[in-house]
Amino acid sequence: MSLYYVQKLLYQLNRDPHTRARFDENFDGLLDDFDLTDEEKTALRVPDIGLLYVMGVNGQILMHYAALRGFEWDRYIQAMRDGLKRHGPVRTGLYLTTDGKGAV
Amino acid sequence: MALVYAGICSHAPGITGRAERADPALRDPFYEHFRRMGDEIRAQRPDALIVVAAEHFANFFMDNMPAYCMGMADYYEGPIEDPEWLGIEPQRIPGAASLSKRLIERMMARIDLAYAQEWKFDHGIMVPLNFLTPAYDLPVIPANINCQGPPLTPPARAYEFGRALRAACDAVDERIALVGTGGISHWPATPDSGKINEAWDRKFLDRWTANDRAALTAYSDEATWRDGGQGGFEIRTFIAVAGATEGSTGEVRYYAPIPIFAVGCTVGRMHI
Repeated sequence: MSLYYVQKLLYQLNRDPHTRARFDENFDGLLDDFDLTDEEKTALRVPDIGLLYVMGVNGQILMHYAALRGFEWDRYIQAMRDGLKRHGPVRTGLYLTTDGKGAV
Repeated sequence: MALVYAGICSHAPGITGRAERADPALRDPFYEHFRRMGDEIRAQRPDALIVVAAEHFANFFMDNMPAYCMGMADYYEGPIEDPEWLGIEPQRIPGAASLSKRLIERMMARIDLAYAQEWKFDHGIMVPLNFLTPAYDLPVIPANINCQGPPLTPPARAYEFGRALRAACDAVDERIALVGTGGISHWPATPDSGKINEAWDRKFLDRWTANDRAALTAYSDEATWRDGGQGGFEIRTFIAVAGATEGSTGEVRYYAPIPIFAVGCTVGRMHI
């Protein structure tokens, strides 16, 4: 489990044009730059937004990766709900769910 | 001169990014109060606007996370988010590096804080500026309180940060406006997005308008997380404004839960 590096990769991807360029040109190479498990690499590559949420990725980082990968807002929320059903409760971090109903 | 204005407001990205999905009966008066806040700030002819914000991993990460940081740059840029997603076009915002430096030096006599000569604004500052200074012509000094990556600074320290900020403002020649921006209860960017604990929010705002230091600084992270969600940690920005206006009371100009904005939308002002 290397949640810290999953989040660091997404943090840099969200703010750094050079990291964004590497994402476009050589995503696997970018993934290899970080200490990630196979599960984490797969979740990022697919992308499995629901699994990333369950892993504990901070929502303020994850929502921008979801948008980058083409998830508009309702689909992003649904992906997290689907992730809870498929992968179980959020494993760590602050961004747990309560009743999961929300506004969408 | 002194502090010439102090207030609080919301900053959730949905406020601009999902504007068309909100109930106009709630959205439009909120926008009106937000813009009126900008009018009141400009009426005070400030030389600079300090925005005490709670950023969301735009500049600061867990490899080097400051509890407090203030900007000390000639200019800033934002939003860091996709402009279409946020509904705000890219801007260059003027800073006030000399004033920043003098404020930071004075504050360091009382508290510890980091500084940054480079800072990309995220929605936490861009959404307020979109309403308060839509021409982006008022120099801005950003200040950040880490409300995202625990361990977090305790509320009592946020109050002290505000007191130190006020003392520094009172010691310089410029006219300074201050806005704290954060959420009260909210569960943003989760399947609960849109959940709002209105009773908890109103209790907090009662304490803020009364500038009840003891009550404002008694919030534990455990209780805040339970009752106000992970977004509730951002009360630190409002508490800092209370600290900067210790001895004053205030009023809430607007408060209403707007679920698609994912927060109880708030505009308030201290009478200083």
